[in-house]
Amino acid sequence: MRGRFLLRKERLGEALRSFQAKGYAVFLPYLEGETVLFLPYDGRREPFLEWPSTLPPKSILFPQSETLFYFHRTKKDGKVRVELEEVAPSQQILIFGSRPCDAKGFSTFDKVFVGDHPKDPYYMERRLKTTIFSLTCPFPTPSCFCLSVGLEPDGKEGSDIIATQIDEGLYVEILTEKGERLMEGINLEDGASFEGEVQMRIERTKRLIRRPFDPKDRIQVGIFEQEEFWKEAVSKCISCGLCTYLCPTCYCFNITDEAALDRGERIRSWDSCMFYHYTLEASGHNPRPTKFDRFKNRVGHKFLFFPERYEGSISCTGCGRCVRFCPVSVDIAEIVRRLKEAR
Amino acid sequence: MKRNPYLPELATVIEVVEETPNIKSLRVVFNDKEVMEQFSFEPGQVGQISVFGYGEATFVINSPPTRKDYLQFTVMKVGEVTTAIHELKAGDEVGVRAPLGNFFPYERMKGRDILFIGGGIGLAPLRTLILFMLDNRSQYGDITILYGARTPPDLCFKSDLEEWARREDVKLILTVDNPYPGWVGRVGLVPNVLRELEPKAEGKVAITCGPPIMIKFTLKALLDLGFREEDIVTTLERRMKCGVGLCGRCNIGPKYVCKDGPVFSYAELKGLPFEL
Repeated sequence: MRGRFLLRKERLGEALRSFQAKGYAVFLPYLEGETVLFLPYDGRREPFLEWPSTLPPKSILFPQSETLFYFHRTKKDGKVRVELEEVAPSQQILIFGSRPCDAKGFSTFDKVFVGDHPKDPYYMERRLKTTIFSLTCPFPTPSCFCLSVGLEPDGKEGSDIIATQIDEGLYVEILTEKGERLMEGINLEDGASFEGEVQMRIERTKRLIRRPFDPKDRIQVGIFEQEEFWKEAVSKCISCGLCTYLCPTCYCFNITDEAALDRGERIRSWDSCMFYHYTLEASGHNPRPTKFDRFKNRVGHKFLFFPERYEGSISCTGCGRCVRFCPVSVDIAEIVRRLKEAR
Repeated sequence: MKRNPYLPELATVIEVVEETPNIKSLRVVFNDKEVMEQFSFEPGQVGQISVFGYGEATFVINSPPTRKDYLQFTVMKVGEVTTAIHELKAGDEVGVRAPLGNFFPYERMKGRDILFIGGGIGLAPLRTLILFMLDNRSQYGDITILYGARTPPDLCFKSDLEEWARREDVKLILTVDNPYPGWVGRVGLVPNVLRELEPKAEGKVAITCGPPIMIKFTLKALLDLGFREEDIVTTLERRMKCGVGLCGRCNIGPKYVCKDGPVFSYAELKGLPFEL
């Protein structure tokens, strides 16, 4: 049942409840105070689809903190004995209401955690059981710049279903088998007659998105390597790490043990390349000791190093969250523009 | 390696060797006999040791693949995990994730003269390759080892040093940073002693490991002495967590030290951001 359909506005709640009834753990964006967060569907409350979510949905598949395994320590005849216990598998997940930039974030994760070797079994398990129902972007924020990284407000990469909000409800395109399975038995109408209107909406969104640079232009390595450039460009950065936590593609993590008496767990948690401690070695040596080294590495990772490892793919989706919420208004798009324009 | 790259294999400490006042070597065997028998690795590859409740850290496997009674890891007490490792006694269980990373290109060193340049605990990865080459002695040319530490008590692997000093087919030069009562070897920092020795670069491969500052000046000395960029080999250390190229922190530009390294030639390093 690939194709284009209409899901009427008044039938959305019913559809969400039937997804739940099919066994999906449904996550959708809710307005909490002034923050839009992906939270488990409570079976009643309508999702909030007006603004892009404050946090991307990445934590659903890559939790801020998760247990890798449990360990039990005992002492027998004075010797330490250990037993390990693996974690339980996850259930089926539906992410509803993500934007194309968020879905692209997951396809970036996929390159590292599923496509590379070795695979990350924790992420992969959840990812394979996850269906992504994205919405095209109705209205960009002033910080959005997806067109500059080769993405569009109706980009399909990473999504199983993509839908556009129109007056009648959702204009739904089913893209994958996972999408078909999700929509089986859902009350849909033929949507062909709305295609023109949807195109018009997408074009309108595109016109509103800033284009600080062109995806085809290359970063000039000469200026990228200049210490002076970074000292000037990020002098106001306070190394808070917010940009990396809000980023749909940032996947760096830490691994630590937490134990009480004889039982404990090995935990993986989000980390940030913006932190001094991220690369600090026990000896006191730090290969990236300044915020300039660290910022350069972050921009380098997204626009040079990641593309080098993963077939030219940029690990930035242009979602603009790091720009929108930076407490000191550092704008990565502006920095990349300067790195590309410099001769 | 297991399907889950984060899950360590359980192993038991069979012996702890005190190397220096703050360095110990840990000899471990896997609990599962079959795992121990099937375990294979190459000289220069590393492993992660877990002390459950304290965490995990990366060390080179410094026993060579030609001697497989146990795996040896040598650990300086500097942080939380290494302090916990120093508390371990024979019989205690730990976790091991190994082998990780790449290894020394020993095939293309065959028939060449070899110059090892080590500082402090940086002799550990060199030890693997030295013992491996001594176990395949006829395949390599002259073997020279320049090794230094701050003071004589800080010299690691003393029983190996004694053996190498005795052997006719190894030339060993020891140095310490400052004069020390009773010390009859050389005095001076490793890169300076290297310049004084003026080894001929022709036909030679140099392999170096030590503290970052030593590596930096040794690379420069080797280039000045005329060594070809691809004949200068080093092995790097970084703070690591996953050990398999996923957690992000050990990168130098697009390369991950844990996965693409830890062994790099100068020819490979020079194209990367200078973050030693």
